Amino acid sequence: MAAATTHPTPGEARSAGTRPRGGARGVLGRMADKYLLIVYSALAVIYLLLPVFVIILFSFNNPPGRSNFLWSGFTLKYWLNPLGVAGLGDAVLLSLEIALISTIISTILGTLVAIALERYRFRGRAGVNALVFLPMATPEIIMGASLLTLFVAIGAAPFFPLNFATILIAHVMFNISYVVVTVRARLAGFPRHLEEAAADLYANEWETFRRVTFPLILPGVVAGALLAFSLSIDDFVITNFSAGKTQTFPMFIYAKAKIGIPVQVNVIGTSIFLIAVGAVLVTTLASRRSNKR
Amino acid sequence: MQDVDVRLTQVTKAYGDVLAVDHIDLEVLPGEFFSLLGPSGCGKTTTLRMIGGFEQPTSGLIELHGEDVTWLPPYQRQVNTVFQNYALFPHLTIYENVAFGLRRKGVKGPEVEARVTEMLNLVELPGYEKRKPTQISGGQAQRVALARALINRPRVLLLDEPLGALDLKLRKQMQVELKRIQKEVGITFIYVTHDQEEAMTMSDRIAVMNKGHYEQLGDPETLYERPTTRFVAGFLGISNLLGGKVVGAADGYALLDLADGTRIRVSAALVAGRSAVSAGVRPEKIRLNEETETVPAGRNLLHGVVTDVAYIGVSTQYIVEVRGGARVMVYEQNLERATKSELWSRGEKVQLSWNPDHTFVVEASPADAPNDDAAE
Ligand SMILES: Nc1ncnc2c1ncn2[C@@H]1O[C@H](COP(=O)(O)OP(=O)(O)OP(=O)(O)O)[C@@H](O)[C@H]1O
Ligand SMILES: [Mg+2]
Repeated sequence: MAAATTHPTPGEARSAGTRPRGGARGVLGRMADKYLLIVYSALAVIYLLLPVFVIILFSFNNPPGRSNFLWSGFTLKYWLNPLGVAGLGDAVLLSLEIALISTIISTILGTLVAIALERYRFRGRAGVNALVFLPMATPEIIMGASLLTLFVAIGAAPFFPLNFATILIAHVMFNISYVVVTVRARLAGFPRHLEEAAADLYANEWETFRRVTFPLILPGVVAGALLAFSLSIDDFVITNFSAGKTQTFPMFIYAKAKIGIPVQVNVIGTSIFLIAVGAVLVTTLASRRSNKR
Repeated sequence: MQDVDVRLTQVTKAYGDVLAVDHIDLEVLPGEFFSLLGPSGCGKTTTLRMIGGFEQPTSGLIELHGEDVTWLPPYQRQVNTVFQNYALFPHLTIYENVAFGLRRKGVKGPEVEARVTEMLNLVELPGYEKRKPTQISGGQAQRVALARALINRPRVLLLDEPLGALDLKLRKQMQVELKRIQKEVGITFIYVTHDQEEAMTMSDRIAVMNKGHYEQLGDPETLYERPTTRFVAGFLGISNLLGGKVVGAADGYALLDLADGTRIRVSAALVAGRSAVSAGVRPEKIRLNEETETVPAGRNLLHGVVTDVAYIGVSTQYIVEVRGGARVMVYEQNLERATKSELWSRGEKVQLSWNPDHTFVVEASPADAPNDDAAE
């Protein structure tokens, strides 16, 4: 769902077809040019969307047995009863909760860290700078394993036994890095004189942040939050190490994979996809409208 | 005390080893259009930013209306700034940009609307309320920036090269408009520019800055007619400087012997007891006469040969090499002489004369002590 941050502009898509006519090359060359590009683009889009399409299609499948691999007729029964598998509802709810809470915490913390790193020169800044990238650079499996070691070594609540809190801690940890990076990118080009102008117009530090700085870095913050949410909701490796007996949605699917994934998983997956597409559409339209005004 | 709007006392700003502003004393009077004029890097912006509160002085005192504000943040000072790049808030409409200061001060409802409308009328932008800053031109953005500052009715308005980004025509137009607005609202303006013409046409008083301090402070006429340093003489227009030794005095004039032995008279008050100075005269103050004509007594007189003629239309510019070897620039209005045959021509011998009262005096310099007082 990271795609939510990069909307192609309509101009980009159009310019491909309307390049200037003429030149030394013949009609054939131009046709080839035009159609090759279309065919090529279509193939790329199909490649990207085919798996999604399969998921959507098979959410309407009516398989005779447990495995949902072969098309065997259309039905709406799973859409009408999306949580009709034991444990699925709880797993989805848990994943949503964790994704939401970890997104909120890591967006707030990450934004503050980004501002500190971008705006202030303080002791240990270089160290923090490097550390922020660590969770992104370290392989997930290593992170997961070392977190588990840490939690077990502490051996006391809320870190042990593993539970909701430990999953949350793990997710906040890796999410922060992504938020910091996206918000910093937005802050790096920030016109500082706007803050001086705000101060000049009687806004104190907090008002300046609220009225000028924050609205202007908001796109970066939203992008960071979306990224965090999508990373969190489908994280498997690190979660698996820090979950203990609790089961998130990805863990539920993994567990079921051995005995046949229920169709409801496709229904949930499709729903998430549709919500994401909806969110992208809404933000695109909103930003287009605010640009027009 | 009470009738000074802004007072700087020994204000210094150091960036590492660089003294951006070097012990400046300044008093700006209420309602005055005051300019800081100087070349790039002389410390104009830094001075203005310290008055606005965006920088703290390394040492010294800044007072607004008798109150020490040296350490107050910008939002606690009754001054507003028009930034060089306008610094309009891109995410807010023109209306909200202009209303920003009022809202921070807690002004509410109909009063905000009335004052924003009034301001947009003042800067001649009614009807632009709903636009965003990206949807207006540079000149319009400039006016919005002005409205956004003026709406707060500050005692002092700071402007940092507010017309710098505009093309020449718009610049001239805005100069007139700024002056009109300043008269209309009666607010003290402190205006930073490196354009001497702009400073001269708009200002009541100008401080001519160089290397972190100002060399001279005064009204435009005084600065132009009586510059006291080479730098000021050179920065505000063209000047001819002739080095000489003070050899005596008579009726309020000091007698000055130039390098070629010519004796000229300059105001004794300007020489102020120095024994070696450079006399200066603006090109348009010099009259040219033929060798055979009689120049009225009492005028300073030099002899020379025309070496260069440039016909400008409204005037003609001559370069005359005087006996001592110095090259003197002379402007002559094309009143009587206008055709080619009537103008002075190259190689002609001429007499140059000017009123001793039009002579200004700057410090002597080894550069023009011998005979190379080149026209600048
Ligand atoms: N933040 C800073 N750090 C270090 N040096 C600075 C800083 N700001 C200004 N200076 C230096 O201080 C001196 C004065 O700068 P200032 O911006 O006041 O010049 P200015 O007169 O406004 O010039 P300009 O006409 O180019 O805007 C310059 O030499 C400049 O390099
Ligand atoms: Mg400047």
